[in-house]
Amino acid sequence: MTENPSELRQPGPIISRREALQATAGAAALAALSPASVAAANAPAAATSTVTVTVKMTVNGRVHTLAVDPRQSVLDVLRESLNLTGTKKGCNQGACGACTVLVNGKRIVSCLTLAAMHDGAQIETIEGLEKGGELHPLQEAFVEHEGLQCGFCTPGQIMSGLGCIAEGHTGSPEEIQFWMSGNICRCGAYPGIVAAIADAAGRS
Amino acid sequence: MFPFVLEKPQSTEEAVAAAVGGARYIAGGTTLVDLMREEVERPERLLDINALPLAGIRVEGEDLVIGALARMAEVAADPNVKRLQPVVAESLIEGASPQLRNMATMGGNLLQRVRCPYFRMLDAGCNKRTPGSGCSAIEGLNAGHAILGTSDHCVATHPSDVAVALVALDATMRVRGPQGERGFPVEELFRLPGDTPHLEHSLLAGELIVEIRVPGGPHGRRARYLKVRDRASYEFALVSAAAALVIEDGVIREVRLAVGGVATRPWRLRDCEAALVGKRPDRHVFEEAAGLATRGARPLHHNAFKVELLPRTIVRALEMAGEAA
Repeated sequence: MTENPSELRQPGPIISRREALQATAGAAALAALSPASVAAANAPAAATSTVTVTVKMTVNGRVHTLAVDPRQSVLDVLRESLNLTGTKKGCNQGACGACTVLVNGKRIVSCLTLAAMHDGAQIETIEGLEKGGELHPLQEAFVEHEGLQCGFCTPGQIMSGLGCIAEGHTGSPEEIQFWMSGNICRCGAYPGIVAAIADAAGRS
Repeated sequence: MFPFVLEKPQSTEEAVAAAVGGARYIAGGTTLVDLMREEVERPERLLDINALPLAGIRVEGEDLVIGALARMAEVAADPNVKRLQPVVAESLIEGASPQLRNMATMGGNLLQRVRCPYFRMLDAGCNKRTPGSGCSAIEGLNAGHAILGTSDHCVATHPSDVAVALVALDATMRVRGPQGERGFPVEELFRLPGDTPHLEHSLLAGELIVEIRVPGGPHGRRARYLKVRDRASYEFALVSAAAALVIEDGVIREVRLAVGGVATRPWRLRDCEAALVGKRPDRHVFEEAAGLATRGARPLHHNAFKVELLPRTIVRALEMAGEAA
């Protein structure tokens, strides 16, 4: 115990919560492996291994050439391979909308989208919206109208909201509600979300 | 998810040949990826068919021809679909979420697997997933299950909305197999569960849906889809009805009626249709005809409410169709 707050400061470079989680998860996973399973993991091409597929994807204007396991979703590639963790994994079964991104201009759920099937795709994620330090008008509107509480669903709401605006389904609050029904907000920030989308649609 | 090999056939012939050898087709992936992750589906070879030229929507005479790879959202927004068969657009918009509608194809929509929770619960018996393992829904949580077309082996409903509209409209489909193409009514795609609920459709080994044809006619303009569910959007139907009417001189000349959410396949109601032809369209006539829909119904512990909700939904759908256009 110490009374001196300065001693509570972390020594060395400050690491983010994510980096800390990644580091400890890796250590825990290694610790959990038995010697036999480590040997299996190092064995050449067992029956359970898969051939990787090379895909080229443009994500927020940057071209990436990636070797992906055919089982990897676009969501997993964004988060794990490209470290674009703004796109969230909620239900991982297409029901909650937290993983919504734009693929070739259309909103989709990235959790049910196999990356290996999207060679050549143009992908837009929440990280691509801010330009030169300026938030996108829809991001601004979410702030102004308090379209969030905990924020977990927000990247998906905003990407889906962009799709909703582009599709022209913002004629009334009821229309926005119906066309945003693929995005669940468990905090219940729906009135703010609808107001933000209506506001941004009016400005665009 | 179990490992698999992904192939990308560049022609329909190539795709069919590979499928005959045991590979599975994948297009939108909204059903299959989900079930593969749950390990309910374990294909070893997948055929990504998105490069095949099967995505168009065209008009031939009065008929609407929809490619199997057309996305639900594209079909729902197509001006010809909205003009000639608005009930197809309406039923599509009532199905899934905007994101899923951008992904899912028409062919895949028809072939989607059931939403029975026990089907995706690997430690529960399910004759559809594991033949002979029993049906957990019959004595389980079955509020969402079927009252028509059920067997002692399976009571799951077919989950598609647009299939209900297509069956009502006498739509047909073309499929390509190793022996060439053949066509048949969409209604005949779907099998009753009987004692083989794991066999869900009438496609032969390797057959691929090519296109769906919706025949035109005056009924198209007076057709509506009503979906009753636990919340106002993005939910599967408890009961749904597609109804089309042709009324001349105040008399019903033609009726098309099919229902969803209540049966093990999209359920055409020809007895109800016959009871309406030649009558004046009013609530009493609609109620009498709708009463025929539940003959032979086998309600379960939690879904007996559908026996009452079904005729009410039919009456309301017929009223909506009568008010349309």
